[in-house]
Amino acid sequence: MNPVNYLYLAALLFTIGASGVLIRRNAIVVFMCIELMLNACNLAFVAFSRMHGNLDGQIIAFFTMVVAAAEVVVGLAIIVSLFRSRHSASVDDASLMKL
Amino acid sequence: MENLIALLVAAPLLGAAVLLCGGRRLDPVGHWIGTVLASASFVIGAILFADMLGKDEEHRALAQHLFSWIPVEGFQADIAFQLDQLSMTFVLLITGVGSLIHVYSIGYMEHDERRRRFFGYLNLFLAAMLLLVLADNYLLLYVGWEGVGLASYLLIGFWQHKPSAATAAKKAFLVNRVGDMGLSIAIMLMFTTFGTFAFGPVLEATGETGEGKLTAIGLMLLLAACGKSAQVPLQSWLGDAMEGPTPVSALIHAATMVTAGVYLIVRSGEIFNAAPDAQLVTTVVGAVTLLFGAIVGCAKDDIKKALAGSTMSQIGYMILAAGLGPIGYVFAIMHLVTHGFFKAGLFLGAGSVMHGMNDEVDMRKYGGLRKHMPVTFVTFGLGYLAIIGFPGLSGFFSKDKIIEAAFAKGGTEGWILGGVALLGAAITAFYMTRVMLMTFFGEKRWQPDEHGHEPHPHESPKSMTIPMIVLAFGSVFAGGFFGIGDRFLHWLEPVTEHTHGHPPIGATTVTLSTMVVLVIGVGLAYLQYGRRPVPVVAPRGSLLTRAARRDLLQDDFNHVVLVRGGEHLTRSLVYVDHTLVDGVVNGTAASMGGLSGRLRKLQNGYARSYAVSMFGGAAILIAATLLMRAV
Repeated sequence: MNPVNYLYLAALLFTIGASGVLIRRNAIVVFMCIELMLNACNLAFVAFSRMHGNLDGQIIAFFTMVVAAAEVVVGLAIIVSLFRSRHSASVDDASLMKL
Repeated sequence: MENLIALLVAAPLLGAAVLLCGGRRLDPVGHWIGTVLASASFVIGAILFADMLGKDEEHRALAQHLFSWIPVEGFQADIAFQLDQLSMTFVLLITGVGSLIHVYSIGYMEHDERRRRFFGYLNLFLAAMLLLVLADNYLLLYVGWEGVGLASYLLIGFWQHKPSAATAAKKAFLVNRVGDMGLSIAIMLMFTTFGTFAFGPVLEATGETGEGKLTAIGLMLLLAACGKSAQVPLQSWLGDAMEGPTPVSALIHAATMVTAGVYLIVRSGEIFNAAPDAQLVTTVVGAVTLLFGAIVGCAKDDIKKALAGSTMSQIGYMILAAGLGPIGYVFAIMHLVTHGFFKAGLFLGAGSVMHGMNDEVDMRKYGGLRKHMPVTFVTFGLGYLAIIGFPGLSGFFSKDKIIEAAFAKGGTEGWILGGVALLGAAITAFYMTRVMLMTFFGEKRWQPDEHGHEPHPHESPKSMTIPMIVLAFGSVFAGGFFGIGDRFLHWLEPVTEHTHGHPPIGATTVTLSTMVVLVIGVGLAYLQYGRRPVPVVAPRGSLLTRAARRDLLQDDFNHVVLVRGGEHLTRSLVYVDHTLVDGVVNGTAASMGGLSGRLRKLQNGYARSYAVSMFGGAAILIAATLLMRAV
């Protein structure tokens, strides 16, 4: 199969993730959308790795997974503590940082 | 010998420092310290003078380089002194008259609790004045110039509890500033033209410089001289300066400081010689002031202000002579020295009269004092005869020469200047006779003051009369000593140069006409004030008299033109500032505020909106990158 199709898929996934981040209010869903964007990038890296015939993309994909895992830990912790203090997981409620 | 020059300045400077920093514990001896140090300066001056007389004319000038003050590449300012015949003349006049006036002040200021401070200021003045005449460059001269201005300010306002004295001091300072600006501009012009401001190089280089530049420098120097020497148009401060203690009026505002302008012009003679326009303006200023001061002197009832008008007029003579160029320099300085004697003597006499009359200054309340104050009467009388130019006395020799030199200027100018000088001599005789008659002759006119104290005129103490006697000797003999055999001319000629003028009328004719106008002046004054009793309350007088009482409207003129004009100028500047400058600044601030108010709305706190900016930014960056690649 033509590897370019994987790139189309990655772009589609990234767009879905990006629109999710921008549109949804629930912090968990926003978070999941960020993961979706990360994985879209991973897919693109792997596809490029395949297209160019070297392993650089795959290695970076592994790195991304590790960073994403760490990010999940921190992000979920923030969301949980946010939920505890406000009894809501809406990102729009946490809009105190303004003039 | 050169090393003594710095001591001349250092002695009074030390006195000023000790007296002004020493505090109250020096009060009992302060006046002695001041007097001794002033006299020490005179003794050093006399030693240097004796040494100078022992050498030939060519080698008389001494120079002492003390240290480099501001050594910068291409800009060398040195603390260096130069003592030639011209400086020597001034040194002897300043320290001699200065020491006598120190002695006089011991008695005059006896009951003043701030006497120590007074002597400190007097010493400060001596130091600054000596610095002025000893400097070998214009910058150091400027330091002395400002120093005497400061001392004059402090001493005019010495009785600062009197609002009139405080105002007079401020007025003197401000008017002098105008002249000082002239001097500083002249020094800057010299530096840009000649690259130096030492007397020697500047005056030597005048031959190779354009006349325009020299005229500018000359006129700026003349402005400086007008300020310091109270010449029209900067004359208004001198009359008010009489608010200071009388010894100050005698030393600073008659004998020495006010003659600094004459020194400046004579010292810069080469510049004026090469700039005939500047010379012409100088003679005009001198001639106008000569009449101005004399007319004011005729109308004043305040004895010190009448003498101040006379000072102005006599300095007018000197400036006139200095403006005549090499035919007049020597006579300007000669008149300056003789004037230093007789005018200081007259002022000290006036001070002695005031001392005996409970500080009354109105001559209409004197009368018949010759019986009560014989010594003052005789010394004042000799000073009077000297100033009007009575044959054989000082003023006769010096003033006569100036009148002769004015005629010798040649052409219509010569006739006008000579005529003005002759007219001035007549008016001098008139107003001085008036002062003399009103003060010492006629019936007594003093009355008890509002507290019922009647003044008891009495002779002043020895410390005051002795300086007056010495100065009276000077007034009588100095002129003859200088004039007979042209002694003074030969003494000063190597420095100032001299060319003999050829007046269109003979010297004898000039002398005779001077005598005639003298007799007319004295006669008129006698008819007016000697034959008739002097009214205690001043009569209304003619329009001219009333104008002269108001100093020929000088203050009104200054008020209307300068004060009002200045106010209008500042008001319009404030208006421009408020509308234009503030408008631009405020407009910028307001538009920035409005813009930032809009921008602030972007900071709404929603994470999503920040994410949109980020995505949008990233998208734009990518699009731009792709676009650049495509191109």
